[in-house]
Amino acid sequence: MEAKKIAEGIWEVPRTAKEGMLVPARIYATDKLFKEMDQGVFEQVTNVACLPGIQKYAICMPDGHWGYGFPIGGVAAMDTKTGVISPGGIGFDINCGMRLIRTNLIEAEVKPKLRDLIDRLFHAVPCGVGTKGFLKLKEDEFREIMVQGAQGIIRRGYGWPEDAERMEDAGRIPGADPAKVSPKATSRGIHQLGTLGSGNHYLEIQVVYPGNVYDADAAKAMGIDRDFQVVVMFHCGSRGFGHQVGTDYLDLFGPAMKRYGITIRDRELACAPFASPEGQDYFKAMVCAANSAFANRQMVTHRIREVFSDVFKRDARDLGLDIVYDVTHNIAKIERYQVNGEEKELLVHRKGATRSFPPGHPELAERYRATGQPVIIGGSMETGSYLLIGTAKAMEESFGSTCHGSGRTMSRTAAKKKVHGRDLLQRMEQKGIYVRAASFAGVAEEAGMAYKDISDVVEAVETLGISKKVVRLQPIGNIKG
Amino acid sequence: MPYRFLEDVAIADVAFEAEGRTLPEVFEASALALTEVMVDLDGLSPVLSREITLTAEDLETLLFRWLAELIYLKDSACLLFCRFQIAIREGTEWELQATVWGEGIDYGKLPLKLDVKAVTYHLFVIEQIPAGWRARVVLDI
Repeated sequence: MEAKKIAEGIWEVPRTAKEGMLVPARIYATDKLFKEMDQGVFEQVTNVACLPGIQKYAICMPDGHWGYGFPIGGVAAMDTKTGVISPGGIGFDINCGMRLIRTNLIEAEVKPKLRDLIDRLFHAVPCGVGTKGFLKLKEDEFREIMVQGAQGIIRRGYGWPEDAERMEDAGRIPGADPAKVSPKATSRGIHQLGTLGSGNHYLEIQVVYPGNVYDADAAKAMGIDRDFQVVVMFHCGSRGFGHQVGTDYLDLFGPAMKRYGITIRDRELACAPFASPEGQDYFKAMVCAANSAFANRQMVTHRIREVFSDVFKRDARDLGLDIVYDVTHNIAKIERYQVNGEEKELLVHRKGATRSFPPGHPELAERYRATGQPVIIGGSMETGSYLLIGTAKAMEESFGSTCHGSGRTMSRTAAKKKVHGRDLLQRMEQKGIYVRAASFAGVAEEAGMAYKDISDVVEAVETLGISKKVVRLQPIGNIKG
Repeated sequence: MPYRFLEDVAIADVAFEAEGRTLPEVFEASALALTEVMVDLDGLSPVLSREITLTAEDLETLLFRWLAELIYLKDSACLLFCRFQIAIREGTEWELQATVWGEGIDYGKLPLKLDVKAVTYHLFVIEQIPAGWRARVVLDI
């Protein structure tokens, strides 16, 4: 499929490339990343460009790769009146996202206790297949969490009052309706709050090394204020609850599409008009799952504070364990953008893409109004991660969105053939990274070689101007789900 | 093995192809492939059983619901299954009745691998081949 470079970092596939495309497709990438982009991305992003109500262009970010339905790294904005909502444009792991917690500690204070810290965190934040968290909720209490999100968890005593303002949507997206959630989804997720999951989910202890701060003022505003500072980053989502909501509605949307006369190129792109009863029901259930993901990350935060407090024999507040920010990268949200000179209400699908709001955006909490929204980009377990900020250019170019991580280049099956988990753990330990993992096979699949170079991805979004580098973070300890 | 994992398809996820001479066989092979992603099958014993009944308007949806049900039981009841006795009937709609045997998820004991989030419809196929039936499924990891 032919894509033309239309500006530095932007490649466009014209509407004429495939029958049924309503808009062009854009792939954001450096020349190097574009050359390496897998063919699945081109097929999938042009399928997305065929969905009813899509505005301007279908987007794939530089960390993009072949997913199911949408490519991973996909962004698609639909008109809320005439467009569709698609579970495949959000992912089953609704509100899979990243949270970053700062500390007052420096590497020299943490290194001697690193093993103890990681070993205790490994038990405090359960990971792997079918795990349960320690919070026991009744069904009506879980329904409250679906509405209140992280705020409901903080109210139960597992957080600090100021935590909520350090999250996208204050950890509670409005519009949740637990009546739209199946009993199966509830029973699948009710015991899983405070768990990490599996696959590419992780919890990492990272260090800010001198020379890795690109914007000292923005870093300071986010609490990154000293050399060798230790931070904690983790990646997880709505667990079985969100997965079941996605499964339930994917199943329901097949017959709904027949009723609305919608045809699609991949059954995984099943969708319904956003304004239809089916579309609204899914949106309300999806918000329940998104809120439960914020709640999940809040429970994990509580456990991290407990463990640090135990290990360092100091109060978590004294250790400065403040949330820097919490972002979602699998979601659909109602936002307003200029389209052809007209302001429109749009449903922005982000599947492996992060919101990137600029300084002054009215939806940002006071704390980050002047700085812009922190954007947390998780790298592979070997290579490090980035903290960025949102920009005005993202509002013009990418529906307020940027990349979300490194992006895979190699399949799980192929990665396992190239490296054994045990060898990888040894290699990482030689590099000074201590890892605990739920399974060796899982570790091998997450090897750094299976991913794009995160610095290339971040350079691509910085060159394009849709977000700006603040800090690079390097791992010293990792829990792999 | 009546199934094989596919390389370089939906690279962050896991894709497999399963085959069987009959529909129950291809459903069984698909269930084994799904379970193999989550646990080393040799380490899983058939110590307890569950009954599963499902209906669907077409065969594709029946296979989707079958695998989705096993994923649901993994989280809601913390169970993984390794033996399957399946009957499939086509009437006004497709119907599946199965007895499944497996055991509870025990972290100290089971050789667990990756969690499966969901079964997707991406490239999803169940089709007749000369030797019987073949299914292709992409699982979200």
